[in-house]
Amino acid sequence: MDKLTRNLAIGLVVLMIFVPIGLIASGTAYGEWESNELKDKIGYVPQGFEELADLWHAPMKDYNIPNGPSFEDSEPVASAGYILSAVIGMIVGGGFLYFIGKKVAKD
Amino acid sequence: MHIPDGYLGPHTYIAFWLIMIPIWYHTGTKLTAELKSRQAPLLALAAAFSFVIMMFNVPIPGGSTGHAVGGGIIAIVIGPWASLIAISVTLVLQALIFGDGGITAIATNCFNMGVVVSFVAYYTYKLISGNSAITSSTRIIAAAIAGWISMTLASLCAGFELGIQPILEHTAEGVPLYMPYPLSVTVPAMVLEHALAFSILEAVITAIIFAYIQRTDTSVFYGEKSEMEMN
Repeated sequence: MDKLTRNLAIGLVVLMIFVPIGLIASGTAYGEWESNELKDKIGYVPQGFEELADLWHAPMKDYNIPNGPSFEDSEPVASAGYILSAVIGMIVGGGFLYFIGKKVAKD
Repeated sequence: MHIPDGYLGPHTYIAFWLIMIPIWYHTGTKLTAELKSRQAPLLALAAAFSFVIMMFNVPIPGGSTGHAVGGGIIAIVIGPWASLIAISVTLVLQALIFGDGGITAIATNCFNMGVVVSFVAYYTYKLISGNSAITSSTRIIAAAIAGWISMTLASLCAGFELGIQPILEHTAEGVPLYMPYPLSVTVPAMVLEHALAFSILEAVITAIIFAYIQRTDTSVFYGEKSEMEMN
């Protein structure tokens, strides 16, 4: 591995460790409200929204361990779940592309 | 900018699947033909980087939050095609495993954050850089502007896609079925919070990493092949 790749990888590991900083922001991004939040805003849950919103149940919803506590309920557990999510996301995504990249590469 | 399930009606999300499938296919063919073994680690790092950088949520006044995407620097380093693939892989994982962004909306989100961010960033960077030396500080500014414009335009796309829902999808009485807010609300909301906050964060990240790579090994930059061939 060349120096640049190694240093970028080290930078990523550092980011991964500090990722729980991202949990401090407690609000919901614009247009990403849950159905109860949407109801609070407009007074009803749109019919199509209701049918689609629960289409998929992600195993690690909100980058947490399955059924894990929210950051407000347990900062250490939620932080650990968040770091674990970063590890999984980075290894699965990066690993997949590394494997495919090496496989299709022409040299 | 991760549109969840339920905000886009079928007209919109199916249209984006129909747009994205050929784009992914074309990109796959292109990368299969061009990718060098040496680029695989950078492709992997790019996906990992975009995944982790999107986890750094930043609060803004008014209670909303957002984050950088990392697509600006990724597109400049590995090129827009590889960048759209790296970001797409990240977005698929985010939707499937972590429930961030909808399943139906995967193609739409990949269009906004993968295609729009990557291509706008790359070509903005190339346009502003012009013939300047690869080590020139003009290119750091070009990278920053590329980061800012690419995110802001992506947010405009997302705002537009959300805002057309009340027009496209409503009951016979006119009640919205999906995203209830009109364009006059969604576009300013999305664009302003990005232009004034998240896109600036993206610009700073793009510039810092660009400057670092520029000082370390300019041969990795996409399109700067002369030194790479020697390895």
